Amino acid sequence: MINAPLLSVNNLKTWFFTDEGTVKAVDGASFEVGAGKTVGIVGESGCGKSVTALSILRIVQEPGRIVGGEIQLRRADEAGCVDLAKLDSEGKEIRAIRGGEIALVFQEPMTSFSPHYTIGNQIVETIQLHQDVGKEEARNRTIELLRMVGIPRPERRIDEYPFELSGGLRQRVMIAMALSCNPKILIADEPTTALDVTTQAQILDLLREIQERTGMSVIIITHDMGVIAEMADDVIVMYLGRVVESGPVDEIFHQPKHPYTQALLRSIPSIFAEPRAKLPTIAGSIPHPHNRPVGCPFHPRCVERIAGVCDVHAPQLRPVNELQMASCFLYHEPEEAPPS
Amino acid sequence: MLYNGVIIRMVVPLLEVRNLQRFFPIRRGLLRRVVGQVRAVDDISFQINKGETLSLVGESGCGKTTTARCILRALKPTAGEVLFQTAAGDVVDTAGLPKAALAPFRHQMQMIFQDPFSSLNPRMTVFDIIAEPLLASGVRSRGQRRQRVERLLELVRLRPEFMQRYPHAFSGGQRQRIGIARALALNPSLIVADEPVSALDVSVQAQILNLMLELQDELGLTYLFVAHDLSVVKHISDRVAVMYVGKIVEIAETDRLFKAPKHPYTEALLSAVPKPDPRLRSERIVLQGEVADPAHPPGGCYFHPRCAHAIERCRTETPALEEVQPGHQVACHRARELTLKGVGARR
Ligand SMILES: Nc1ncnc2c1ncn2[C@@H]1O[C@H](COP(=O)(O)OP(=O)(O)OP(=O)(O)O)[C@@H](O)[C@H]1O
Ligand SMILES: Nc1ncnc2c1ncn2[C@@H]1O[C@H](COP(=O)(O)OP(=O)(O)O)[C@@H](O)[C@H]1O
Ligand code: SF4
Ligand code: SF4
Ligand SMILES: [Mg+2]
Ligand SMILES: [Mg+2]
Repeated sequence: MINAPLLSVNNLKTWFFTDEGTVKAVDGASFEVGAGKTVGIVGESGCGKSVTALSILRIVQEPGRIVGGEIQLRRADEAGCVDLAKLDSEGKEIRAIRGGEIALVFQEPMTSFSPHYTIGNQIVETIQLHQDVGKEEARNRTIELLRMVGIPRPERRIDEYPFELSGGLRQRVMIAMALSCNPKILIADEPTTALDVTTQAQILDLLREIQERTGMSVIIITHDMGVIAEMADDVIVMYLGRVVESGPVDEIFHQPKHPYTQALLRSIPSIFAEPRAKLPTIAGSIPHPHNRPVGCPFHPRCVERIAGVCDVHAPQLRPVNELQMASCFLYHEPEEAPPS
Repeated sequence: MLYNGVIIRMVVPLLEVRNLQRFFPIRRGLLRRVVGQVRAVDDISFQINKGETLSLVGESGCGKTTTARCILRALKPTAGEVLFQTAAGDVVDTAGLPKAALAPFRHQMQMIFQDPFSSLNPRMTVFDIIAEPLLASGVRSRGQRRQRVERLLELVRLRPEFMQRYPHAFSGGQRQRIGIARALALNPSLIVADEPVSALDVSVQAQILNLMLELQDELGLTYLFVAHDLSVVKHISDRVAVMYVGKIVEIAETDRLFKAPKHPYTEALLSAVPKPDPRLRSERIVLQGEVADPAHPPGGCYFHPRCAHAIERCRTETPALEEVQPGHQVACHRARELTLKGVGARR
């Protein structure tokens, strides 16, 4: 059991039942998060990265619902697993896990704080929600946390309001709040997307440093292949609600298997490029979520599509070698009869 | 012109910015008294030659957009000159002219915006959106406008049938193409593009960058490209100007600036970009502290509180932008002695 993953997501489906139709935001996603590892989830906007994170924490908003699959969280104490997908989303158990064992850091720190309370009050409250400590001790812990995430003069800053801080400092406070209950898993959803590169470098360094110190697992969600290359041990590539490829970071960047991963890596503007060189591109654009292609979701844009197969059958995520998995008919035969 | 027996073509800049300044007053209290100034753009100079792309890069708030808006006279500069060569060949100072006097050549400079979602009127068809500037400039015949819109859609690689549709029917990349078509309607010579690809999906960014490069070759356009993403800038630019707190700290040809930066801030910016290759994970220069407040910049070199190379002189004396090599200007007291690390070609 030593190598059993801390978190294991199997065939997760989270759909939104909107007036215009069903949006299959996550439609059969599977991946694992090892203890102490950083898993990067990468994909373009709308591919289901954030909904995956919200599903794990069970904070998917109406009209969204988990309609299938499991989210197994391994517990050290009870030597067993709990399926988060099956918990009551308002229940006591998930509320203890949320912000306790699993914490979340968002893209836009401003919207995650209340503007009416000082940052100190908000962190103290989180600590007291999950742990039986007095106000004084919670406040001291908060100052320590703020110091740990690199906030200068934390004894003074603790009484400031969110709007008094810069974007970078706010993101640090957000991380301090997430760390306040010693989570086993930290989910960071585009934690640096709203920041400048220099501030981004500071925050990524901070996340790495904290992980080394605490041994927690990190799920980092981003659309930036550079951030993935810098941070992740393992990578999950998503496209239209599905995991199309997964594997160790070196393999994903140097021997990508799925045509989407390959095309994406070729098409990103790179700082190593020759000036004014034309980039290879992926034809077309991401389909609207109401018009999901039949068969392989990538087939309308795929240069390797096999007519009569890729536009009919849906590929499944299967191993392609010892390290990598891909969901693509270049590596597997169709497994089921086409939907009638 | 003859130089050492070689004929040199005199390159006339399409645009020359001299000592441009734009301050914003900070007002306080009941009487809205001015208590200070935000030095958003603080004495910058550069030029852009015909058919060239110059990029402005730098962290949020360093003055990129303010510079762009001053050039287009969407903002009146506090001081300085913006010399623009019109289609007729005259050079005019758009900073000094009254707004009415700008009218005859204003259409020769056009803007492409960041957000293809909010920059197109949702109640207008693609035809009306693109034809609007044509109508405003006096193209009365609907047939002529139609022909021109067809040609423009072709230019941006969109099908002419799309003309009757509304913006919501298009993806982000397609909307950005529509925005580009509209900007090209009146045959401008200068295109100012403020973060034109940063709101787009990664796979679509490449399509729009390629389109901009192709259009430049086809139409001889000149670009001022504003961006914070250095990878995007590397792809599109001939030359790059790095801004820090309202000032240009370094300006050079793209390759030179990336491979051999001469300003410590440029070095740190390049180093901070996450490289899309896990084997290159390594010693990054992580700048400490935050960007200076343009309302209260520090004395001397604005970068000195964060600079690893600062010496006593940097605290008191503001470095001037000086040429260290032909075409390579740097504002740093130590530019000639420091050896800084750039980003080379991959392996
Ligand atoms: N209308 C205004 N009134 C007061 N201050 C302003 C105004 N417009 C801009 N500023 C200030 O001027 C400075 C430069 O702003 P500018 O928008 O040019 O930055 P930028 O480089 O385009 O940043 P970004 O990358 O975030 O777009 C900032 O400090 C900004 O707060
Ligand atoms: N509250 C909602 N109602 C309807 N659709 C939603 C909602 N939230 C997300 N979606 C849809 O789910 C899909 C995945 O979204 P998301 O996970 O946010 O993508 P990203 O990968 O960019 O984080 C998108 O098509 C999005 O439009
Ligand atoms: S299954 Fe077919 S269409 Fe899909 S990625 Fe593989 S080859 Fe391309
Ligand atoms: S002038 Fe001094 S402080 Fe400024 S960049 Fe150069 S070395 Fe650094
Ligand atoms: Mg998201
Ligand atoms: Mg701007």
